[in-house]
Amino acid sequence: MNPLIKTARSISPAGVIRMWYRNWKIFRKVFWFAAAPNFLEPVIYLTALGIGLGLLVRDIEGLSYVQFLAPGLLGSTVMYASSFETTYSSFIRMKYEKTYDAVLATPLSIEDVIAGEILWGATRGYINALTFLGVIAVFGYVDSAAALLLIPLLFVFAALFAIVGMIYTALVSNINLFNYYFTLFITPLFLFSGIFFPISTLPAWAQKLALFTPLYHVVLVCRGLTLGRLDQDVFTSIFITVALTAVLFLIPIAIMRRRLIK
Amino acid sequence: MVVAENLTKVFDGLTAVKGISFTVERGERVGFLGPNGAGKTTTIRMLYGMSPPTAGSLVVLGLDVRDDIRDIKRRIGVVPQETNLDTDLSVRENLEVYANYFGIPKKAAGGRLHELLAFMQLEERANTMVDTLSGGMKRRLLLARALLNNPELLILDEPTTGLDPQARHLIWDRLKSLQEQNVTLVLTTHYMDEASQLCDRIIIMDEGSIIAEGNPLDLIETHIGGEALEIRVAEGQREALQELLVPKSEYYEVQHDTYVFFALAADELMRAVKDAGFEIEYALKRRSTLEDVFLKLTGRRLRD
Repeated sequence: MNPLIKTARSISPAGVIRMWYRNWKIFRKVFWFAAAPNFLEPVIYLTALGIGLGLLVRDIEGLSYVQFLAPGLLGSTVMYASSFETTYSSFIRMKYEKTYDAVLATPLSIEDVIAGEILWGATRGYINALTFLGVIAVFGYVDSAAALLLIPLLFVFAALFAIVGMIYTALVSNINLFNYYFTLFITPLFLFSGIFFPISTLPAWAQKLALFTPLYHVVLVCRGLTLGRLDQDVFTSIFITVALTAVLFLIPIAIMRRRLIK
Repeated sequence: MVVAENLTKVFDGLTAVKGISFTVERGERVGFLGPNGAGKTTTIRMLYGMSPPTAGSLVVLGLDVRDDIRDIKRRIGVVPQETNLDTDLSVRENLEVYANYFGIPKKAAGGRLHELLAFMQLEERANTMVDTLSGGMKRRLLLARALLNNPELLILDEPTTGLDPQARHLIWDRLKSLQEQNVTLVLTTHYMDEASQLCDRIIIMDEGSIIAEGNPLDLIETHIGGEALEIRVAEGQREALQELLVPKSEYYEVQHDTYVFFALAADELMRAVKDAGFEIEYALKRRSTLEDVFLKLTGRRLRD
């Protein structure tokens, strides 16, 4: 049997929810001293760069700098919160707290555990992104009812970064290797995906490269929908991100089975 | 309860378990003993699906571990070697989250939880954060957690390693009362006293195979006789002592300058030594122990 079909068959929705619930319960408990600061980060960026740098920067594509920046930071908020959850946090649960070993002695399968972890990572990113979306709406940086489409889409984007993070986690043996993930993958995405400046300012090869990275599409959709600029590219990017999420979902789960069930 | 036939586990070309066969009956308490690397942890990890067998068959509660592991895990409890509690949660919350993995409804879990906290003497700690508990309390909580689903079979991997004597005795006491409730126990241990205390039957493994099996007392009788004489004589007389006693013993060992002879009756050996007029520097009659059997069977070579 194809290993991915086997993986899909070993997932029980109830098991996934139970794993998710464990993380949710702990999140609620530690929220005020562990999770709350994460919500402030994009707001600090927006204030510092939007107001500070915004005074020096000309309008971009007919937008004030802070208007251009706000939906971009929505994209990075999704990426950071869910990436942290399925890299550092999941790795600590797997390797140091031995949470997976504890759960695997119950009726949950390894597939339930990893799918639940991904669902949780997506939820973390989603919670942060929805909060930030609310903040920029209140500040008046959301111009279109099309932004409502972001309510489901932000969850998909969060899931996408949770999945990619989990693939890396399934492959590394040492927690220090996450430095590479963030320095060589997440940070360049953060800087070169059109959040701070349009990628049209980059050399042609770099623009082409951006097309193959997830955050570029996420930012493009966030900006298109919050500003009501619904061109062909927005829909293409929605399709790409949704399809990529669906295609990648089972991969980290299958790798984790090979790693943990020996 | 458990039927293993020709059970084999190979990791990257290294055979950890070499075609072993054993059974565990309902209500029985079976202990796996063996030096490090003997394959006992691998064997019990196969029982709850953490390690699929490479070859052979393994049936737990009438179900095949390859096909029905989820159903098997619903009906067993596992106490791991390493503590893997949720450190951000309290004692009670740990049990609540774990009950949820089994899909035990909140109300039913509440009653069971209360019972188990009392059974493991953790009632007063119910709201204590787990990372402030002592090692003994953590281990008791692990045991309480493994009992949430009323398991028919309880698997314990070195249940008392690293605990002080008081904590060990409490765990033993609780495990004995579980047997009265007809819970089947399968455990691994390095402690011979633990195995003698808790197990009806012992399976000694070495290098992936079962090398002896039986009731603790029978094992002692069959392999080395019931009694031991530890004796040291004047240096020049040692060879003569050996010549005298070896034919009368089931087995003997030399520990530095002292001999240990094993036989059915140590008195007879002692009499023979006295009659022959040896110059005795030290002598002690004692019962032979499981540890003596274990060392005879597995040798003294270090395994790490």
